This record gives sequence, structure tokens and C-alpha cells, in this order.
Amino acid sequence: MSTKVLTTTRRAFLKKTAASAAVSALPAWTHEPAPVPLEQYQSQFFTADEWAFILAATARLIPSEGDGPGAIEARVPVFIDLQLAGDFGKGTKWYLQGPHDPNAPPQLGYQSPLPPAEAYRAGIANINDWCRSNHGRPFVELSPKEQNDVLTGLDNNQIVLTSTLGVNFFDLLLQNTKEGYFADPMYGGNCKMSAWVHIGFPGARASFREWVGVNKPYPLGPVTIAGERA
Amino acid sequence: MVATAKKKDVVIVGLGWTGSIVGMELCKEGLEVLALERGDDRDTVPDFRYPNVADELKYGVRYALMQKPRNSTLTIRRTLGETALPYRALGSFLPGDGIGGAGVHWNGNTFRPMAEELRLRSYVLENFGESIISEGMTIQDWGITYSELEPYFDRFEKVAGIAGKAGNINGKIVESGNPFEAPRSGEYPMPPLPQTVDALMFAEAARRMGYHPYPLPSGNASEAYTNPYGMQLGPCSFCGFCDRFGCFNYSKSSPQTCILDALKRKPNFEYRVNAEVLRVELSPDHKTATGVTYLTAEGAEVFQPADLVILAAYQLHNVHLMLLSGIGKPYDPVSDEGITGKNYAYQMTGSTSLFFKDIDFNPFVGAGSNGIVIDDFAINRIDFGAHGFIGGSYICAGTSNGQPIRSMRLPTRTQSWGGQWKQAIKEWYGHSMSIGSHGSNMSYRDSYLDLDPTYKDRYGRPLLRMTFNWKPNDIRMTQFMKTKIEAIAKSMNPDITESDYKSNGAMYDVRPYQTTHNVGGAIMGTDPNTSALNRYLQSWDVHNVFVMGANAFPQNIQYNPTGMVGALAYWSVAAIRKDYLPNPRSLI
Ligand SMILES: Cc1cc2nc3c(=O)[nH]c(=O)nc-3n(C[C@H](O)[C@H](O)[C@H](O)COP(=O)(O)OP(=O)(O)OC[C@H]3O[C@@H](n4cnc5c(N)ncnc54)[C@H](O)[C@@H]3O)c2cc1C
Ligand code: SF4
Repeated sequence: MSTKVLTTTRRAFLKKTAASAAVSALPAWTHEPAPVPLEQYQSQFFTADEWAFILAATARLIPSEGDGPGAIEARVPVFIDLQLAGDFGKGTKWYLQGPHDPNAPPQLGYQSPLPPAEAYRAGIANINDWCRSNHGRPFVELSPKEQNDVLTGLDNNQIVLTSTLGVNFFDLLLQNTKEGYFADPMYGGNCKMSAWVHIGFPGARASFREWVGVNKPYPLGPVTIAGERA
Repeated sequence: MVATAKKKDVVIVGLGWTGSIVGMELCKEGLEVLALERGDDRDTVPDFRYPNVADELKYGVRYALMQKPRNSTLTIRRTLGETALPYRALGSFLPGDGIGGAGVHWNGNTFRPMAEELRLRSYVLENFGESIISEGMTIQDWGITYSELEPYFDRFEKVAGIAGKAGNINGKIVESGNPFEAPRSGEYPMPPLPQTVDALMFAEAARRMGYHPYPLPSGNASEAYTNPYGMQLGPCSFCGFCDRFGCFNYSKSSPQTCILDALKRKPNFEYRVNAEVLRVELSPDHKTATGVTYLTAEGAEVFQPADLVILAAYQLHNVHLMLLSGIGKPYDPVSDEGITGKNYAYQMTGSTSLFFKDIDFNPFVGAGSNGIVIDDFAINRIDFGAHGFIGGSYICAGTSNGQPIRSMRLPTRTQSWGGQWKQAIKEWYGHSMSIGSHGSNMSYRDSYLDLDPTYKDRYGRPLLRMTFNWKPNDIRMTQFMKTKIEAIAKSMNPDITESDYKSNGAMYDVRPYQTTHNVGGAIMGTDPNTSALNRYLQSWDVHNVFVMGANAFPQNIQYNPTGMVGALAYWSVAAIRKDYLPNPRSLI
């Protein structure tokens, strides 16, 4: 793993946890054991290089700077790793039989033979190859600005990945990043419901009859499915 | 070796909304009724229990309750010239799977179509002349009138427990209901739900403009209620986990809350789960069905003999089963001959988003079918000749959920990632609303269903193939609604307004969710040469096969389909009980 991404990540991570601890009156969480730091996390799906890529890429998609948690503080990479190791990654619900049309119009939807986990594997390798041929270094060793430019190029199809066979890898990565940011914390991301607190979503409360038609900020913080409160 | 099961009087394929209705009504005749459901067994407890059900990722994003394309899907193309490709992952529509079908995870918007919609072709000819029916448009009358169906709408609304406000009771216009609706024999079984902030604002704006706002008829109970089968519903808590989810609160109208416990108590009813019907078996002369063949969970093939076969497997699967079983001649768009697969249609929707910095909409305070509607631009309100299209919409505002993965509405100028996105989600979450147009969709010669020549399912059967695209008539309709909605939006003075409607040249995109309102393909009508089913939903060709569901719609209505689907099921089963069982034959 590149030392560069490690230090950026760790610094941002420590800064953020310290900040949220300072403002918090979070009784439910103070008894929780601190989660394993992302650098020590044993990934279920990603190789070490891929993990470094995911830490770096998600940190650009939802950066730590500014108000609210970044992908790193929310532990989005853990979410993606667990999803790819499970049914989602294997595409167990999807119809993947051929023939596959590599030139299918995008409006006809997912047309790749690759289940999501394989699309990640191919996509990350391909992006790193692209970065090596264009910058001489893999993605994680680029500056945040250069990383943003690569992601922008992928987003607007200026950089085309040949290995992901009909999957728009950037869209998949961005979608999964947002899922990890906002899904219930039991899936590994949205650590301490920090993304829910950021936007004011009350999580699994699911009972609002007395609040119907009321134009005022909702006063209660979120709860998880497991019953933790923020 | 195919095993043969003990014969039943009736076999029902699929135990969702229509299968449950037909099961309940035919059990009253003392018949031995068997329902075969391909998916898992499901009940409020344990499957929809709180808090586990409040899981956006599992149900809202990964579609835990829906059909898995690996097990069952179709191919889609937009034009006759395109090669259809498989619908590999769910997107545009979300068919159900398991006991309760899509009735578990629907929203509950429960409308009756306008009387004019059921005789659309005649209505157009009488009022505007044939010239406004564009080349290739294949709209038809349904072969049934609103007044014939009225008692069955009433029946479905009472069983499902619909909350709403009548606008026309026996011809008398009632304040704060929909004055443009066809006459109803009585009030809704429950008063309307309370309304969310966005719906209240929309109602006020619409009223100021001289329109006629009324509460969206809702399958989310507004109070404690006991239905005609003795099933009890409790008031909806606006939990915000409704569409795509099962209701933990016994509040959403569903087969589970409204029918199934009562049905399961009948000694002459049996259901089997993980029993996927592969085809309907026909007698050698193809005039009657002898039963169905299904697969058990263990993969064993079983022949289930029955005197009466009810297809209640959802629109797409009903048509697929008919094509696979040789019921009705497959439709050919080139020669315009054949009937099975003809007139597939969908729903034309569009919306305008309104952003208000200073209003707290609290979008997580939501119910599947909460909202306020106007029918001022609905089918019987529009001069088709003057506006150059056939069709109409209901226009609505309301909040079903504020789940952040699937329902994060941001101004489009915002980047979709990076620091600006993170800032924008804080700034705008909970500070926007939407006004939607939910519109009709006409039927066309080249929008139809047949069997795919290339792709197969896991049993080696050809997949169903859908050929469907948006057409200029319907795009003109939605563009007309855009102008009306934008004017209402403007009067509300939002900080930002953004519209999203199909425009010229729009091609069908299977990725974003639109609606699970797939209709047509085995349509009802008066003539066996132009419809697959007669007015009692009976196959013209195989008289002991009745087909329930939105496949019967000759074109799509402007409303959500299930009010019509439920009423048609009650209408059909009444005819089966009264006329068919005493003397099984073609009823027409
Ligand atoms: C997210 C969502 C929101 C919706 N909201 C609304 C709304 O607000 N208003 C509205 O009017 N409609 C709405 N609908 C549509 C509504 O759910 C359907 O119109 C309704 O459920 C149709 O009833 P049905 O009996 O035809 O099919 P279903 O209720 O889907 O039942 C069909 C059953 O047949 C089973 N089946 C299929 N094939 C086979 C086979 N080969 N063998 C055995 N079993 C089989 C299926 O597994 C399923 O259980 C919504 C749908 C969805 C998905
Ligand atoms: S919104 Fe109401 S009806 Fe819908 S699931 Fe929640 S409690 Fe049930």
C-alpha cells in the first residue's frame, strides 16, 4: 500500500473522529469498542492494492474536508468490501447469461458478463494501468487533484476502460459509495450514523404520525436497526 | 418422470392480489382450490417485522422482495429493428415474487379509471373523429362499461380498505373530492389520510389557480378498520418505508393484511410455495386446459390436473405463460394478426422538482400513497383535437419516503460527487418537493410481447421479449402536463425549479425506476380477432382459462392500475360463479 494514501487517510480520519467526539453527547456509542482502523482492516474481497485504491478513490468521491463525514470517516470502503464479498458482488440475483453485446446502448441497462465483484477487479486494474501509462504511477500515488481529474475523466467518459466489458465502472463505484455512506451501519459504512446526522435523516425510527404536515425541523436524532442512538 | 398430483377443481397460478381475490371468492363455492406460488411464503410476522424492515439497502436498493432476474426475466428492445437484450438487473419496473406478489411492496394508490377510458376508442371517434388516431395507434374499447364495473370497484375498495374522499356520489358532486370522477355508489371505506407539508402546499396552490384538489385514494389505512372478510387494519404511522417494503404495521392494503389469513382458514383452500408453473397443459383439441405443470423447490416436475385454470401471475408472466402454452395465436406486428402479446403499454410519467431553502419538508415522514391530486387535466377534461394528443394525467404531490440512497433530490447543477455534493446533501435534503404527472400511454402496433429468439431462462424456455418505445402522441401529452405543472410550481415561488419530462425523440430507458404498471399483451375486448380475452377475462380460445391482471388493459389508463385490476378480478370471478360453473363453456 502506498504510504501517501495511508497518511492522508489516517490524518483525515483522526481529525474527524476527534471532531465528532468533541461535539458529541452520544451515550449509546461511548460503550462501543472503537472500530478497527481502516489501514488494519482485513478485507474480505479486496487485495492490498485494491484496498488502497478504494480508500483513495472513495476519499475523493466523498472527501473528508468540509462539513460532515467523508467516505473514510463513514467507513464506506468497509461497506464496499463486504458487499463485493457477498451476494451483491457475485451478482447472484442477476441474469448474466450470454450472448453479451459489448456495444449495447446504455439505456438497455447492465449488459456485462461480469458480476460486480469482477467488474471492480478488472476496473481497478484498468484504472491503475491507465494512471501508470499517463502519469507513471498508480492511482493511489497521484495527488488528490490528479485523482480528481482521473475520476472526472471516467465520469464523463473521457477515459474509457476496456476491461470492464459493458459496465460503467465509475457509476457502479459512485453508487456503491453513496450506498455505504447512507445504509444502516450494520453493513459496515455510515459509521456512527454520521451521514444520517449530517443530513438529518432519522434512520429506522419509522413512526411519524404526529409529525405529518409539520413544517419544522424534526427534533430527534437517528436510530439504527440495532437500536443504537446518535 | 412427471408426477401427477391429486386433481383439484381450481388451480390458481400466483398468489398476489388477484390470486388471493379469486381464491377467496371461489372457495365460497365449496370448490377445492389450489394456489401455486413460485416464490417464498411471506407474512407480516416474521417477514416485515420492525425494525428489520426499515432497511433501505436490503429492500429499497437490493430489492429483497422482488423477482430475481436470474430466475425470471425478459428481454427488451425499443424498435422492431433493434436486438432485444436481457433485463439483467432490475430497474424500470419491479415485479413481485412470493406470497402477496407486488401487492406486498406497492404504494397503495388505488384509483378507478374514468368512464371514458374504458371506451376510449368510441369516445375519441364520437368526440374528435378518427383522424386524430395516429398511424399505428391500436387503441380499443375494453368491452365493459364503468357502470357495470362500479359494484366491483366498490367491493375491491372495501376489501383493500381504501382511505379517500368521494367527489361524485350517485351523480351528486361532493365538496373536496374529485368532481370529475365517474359516479360512485358511496363514500370510501375510510376517511383520507392526513397530508404531508408538500401535499398541503400543492393543494393550496392548486385551489388558488381554480383547480380541484382531492386526497389521493390510499391503500394506507387512516384509522382502525375491519374489512368484509373480517381482516383488521390499523392506522398508518407514516413510517417512510412503504413502497418496495412490506408493512410491519398492518396498515398497508395487501393480500396479507386484507385476504390471506381469512383464506388460509378455509378447509378447501391449499397453497404451495416455491412451486413455479412452467406451462398450462391443453387437451388434444386445444379447446380446454387439463391443468398446469409446475416445478417443486427440489426441481421435480409435477402435473397438477384441474378443471379451471386461473392465471394470476402478473401481467408479464400471464402473457409469457400463454405464449409458452400455445393459448391464443401469437401477435405479429407486421401482418397485424394474432392476439397474444398484442398492445403492450406502460405509463408516461414526468415531474417538476421545487426547492425551498426555508421549508422543512421532513421527507422521511411519508406514506406510500399519501398525497393531493388534481384531475383538471385528466382524460375527460382535455380537448384532444385542440391539443393534438389522446390521453391525460393526474397531477399529484405527496411524499412516500425520504430514504437517502434512493430519494436524495438535488438541483442538477450540483456535482454528483466530491465536496460540493457533500455540501449540497446537507443544504438540500428535506428542502424540496416534487409535483408529478402520472399519465396514460396509448397502445401501438409495434409495442407488443412475444418470445425471444435467443435468450433462455434457467429451464431452457425462451424468455419473454418486450418491444416498446415512447411515441410522439404520448410525448405531446406529457409536454402539455409540463406546462401546467410548471405554472403551478411558479405560483408557489420556489428558490429553484427543475423539470424532468420526456421530450421529442425520447427512447425507453430500462435503468431508472419508472412504474411497475406494465399493461396489455392479453387484452380483453369484444372480438376474438382483436382481443385475447372476452369481457369476463376468459380466454376466447381455451374456455376454462381465465386471466387476471393488467394484461387485460387494451391501452394504459392515466391512473395506477390496481384499482382496475382488483375490480376486474371481482367482476370476472362473479361471472365464473354465476354463469361459468353451472355450465362451463365460452361465456360469449
Ligand atoms: C414498487 C411498486 C409500487 C407500486 N405501486 C402501485 C400503486 O401505488 N398503485 C397501483 O395501482 N399499483 C401499484 N403497483 C402495482 C401493483 O403492485 C400491481 O398492479 C398488483 O400487485 C398486480 O396484482 P397481480 O395479482 O396481477 O400480480 P402480483 O400481485 O404481483 O402477484 C403475482 C404473483 O404471481 C407469482 N408468479 C409469477 N409467475 C409465476 C409462475 N410461473 N408460477 C407461480 N407463481 C408465479 C408472483 O411471484 C407473484 O407472487 C406497484 C408495484 C410496485 C412493484
Ligand atoms: S407508510 Fe404506513 S402503510 Fe406504508 S408501510 Fe409504513 S405504516 Fe405501513
